Amino acid sequence: MIPFEFEYIKPNTLEEAVTLYERLDSEGKEPVYISGGTEIITLGRLNVLYTGAVIDLKSIPECHVMTRENDRLVLGGCCPLTEVENANPFPLLTSASKEVADHTARTKITLGGNICANIFYREAVLPFLLAESTVTIMGPDGKKTLPINDLFDQTLQLNKGEFLVHITTDISSTKAPFFHMKRRKQWTTGYPLITVSGMKKDGDIRIAISGLCPFPFRSERIESCINDRFNSVEERVSSALQQLPGPILNDTEGSDQFRIFTLKNILSDLVKTLEGVDH
Amino acid sequence: MSIFQYVVLKINGEDRPVMIRSADTLLEVLRNELGLTGSKPGCLNGDCGACTVIVDGKPMKSCLMLGVEGTGKEITTIEGLQGTAIQQAFVEYFAFQCGYCTPGYIMNCQSLIENEPKATDEKISEWLKSNICRCTGYEEIETAIKSVLRESNSKDRPISRESEMD
Ligand SMILES: Cc1cc2nc3c(=O)[nH]c(=O)nc-3n(C[C@H](O)[C@H](O)[C@H](O)COP(=O)(O)OP(=O)(O)OC[C@H]3O[C@@H](n4cnc5c(N)ncnc54)[C@H](O)[C@@H]3O)c2cc1C
Ligand code: FES
Ligand code: FES
Repeated sequence: MIPFEFEYIKPNTLEEAVTLYERLDSEGKEPVYISGGTEIITLGRLNVLYTGAVIDLKSIPECHVMTRENDRLVLGGCCPLTEVENANPFPLLTSASKEVADHTARTKITLGGNICANIFYREAVLPFLLAESTVTIMGPDGKKTLPINDLFDQTLQLNKGEFLVHITTDISSTKAPFFHMKRRKQWTTGYPLITVSGMKKDGDIRIAISGLCPFPFRSERIESCINDRFNSVEERVSSALQQLPGPILNDTEGSDQFRIFTLKNILSDLVKTLEGVDH
Repeated sequence: MSIFQYVVLKINGEDRPVMIRSADTLLEVLRNELGLTGSKPGCLNGDCGACTVIVDGKPMKSCLMLGVEGTGKEITTIEGLQGTAIQQAFVEYFAFQCGYCTPGYIMNCQSLIENEPKATDEKISEWLKSNICRCTGYEEIETAIKSVLRESNSKDRPISRESEMD
């Protein structure tokens, strides 16, 4: 049972959502936006997350788009992960999405909810970081569109009252050769020990990682080590491992040393796979 | 706007008016307000699948959904399934022991049959991994769902010339 009370409101437009947020905030309700809405239950139940008002974005058409506009793919923040998988407009995203939670949970978990999640794995962001997508956000200052790599630093850096509307990706990136590997401590569903996504674009390998640190990231330093083709794969992987951000997770899913060992093997596989393909 | 809401939920084809807390999960509404206790509380955290129902044709863990989110949707609970092929197959293939996980499994299987009548082994496994059973070895559950899919697919097959002549 969620041990606190909240109002639940479902606006139909972007503007209405922001107006509601501002009013409820001024009333001291600490409003939150939701897409799938599972965290209000999973974290609310444990008193980790509190709110006096929930603004459900699911009825806003712009948040639910799944379209191709010219040479771009637009995916709304409220699209459930299984809907994106079934349509499969971005195969790397499908691979990443299919590894999140389990099939039934993914009929509720959304793209926007996963990317903005408090639970820090946020695995669905990895493909967008690699594809250098743009995110459209709405807030008190109106709508704006920014590169995801500028806005995503550990989490999507949103100002008060802002929310993710949709994510836009060049079709050429959705078709680029990719690699995706998720390793778990046990079972075949749920949180990762470590997850690595790779993409080959313009001749270079791009890499994004979740489960290594308490946040997902893409690292230029790691990528420049991996793309240094004067060295052997082993040398490149080993210098990439010197560039890891911190802290490295050391928890019940696995020790820091085990995570680095696993990452080393995954990176070798990633390089061998992606260097074997032309793009 | 209030912390309580009067909603009308369409459950098993029937409109069910009910006053609920906005903070109640669908599972709590079904069990505590509407007396539909077939959906089982397990982990309450989205992990076990014991609470699975069907919402607008798709499987849904009712512990991961607020009751208020159910307005305007078609909700089916285990009480809404009567004499289906999958229920029959669970009995025939001993696909349960204590039975606690069974309603959740049946709802997920029923949704799979409706959405993916030609499901591959990979697809069946992907869907069924959403539920946990602490008693059986899963094999009996797999046999049950596969028997139903096989049976309905063989019925779909076009009638051959010989059988037409029989
Ligand atoms: C059983 C289970 C297994 C899981 N396994 C995994 C896993 O393997 N990998 C993984 O990455 N995650 C996993 N998760 C975590 C899950 O992906 C996150 O909890 C995610 O937030 C759920 O998505 P949602 O759409 O329900 O989010 P919501 O509950 O809607 O929102 C989550 C957070 O994001 C904010 N938010 C939502 N939408 C927006 C928006 N459009 N703009 C701005 N902020 C927004 C909300 O305010 C809230 O703080 C699992 C969760 C469960 C229940
Ligand atoms: S009780 Fe809902 S998934 Fe366990
Ligand atoms: S039959 Fe007992 S938990 Fe599945």
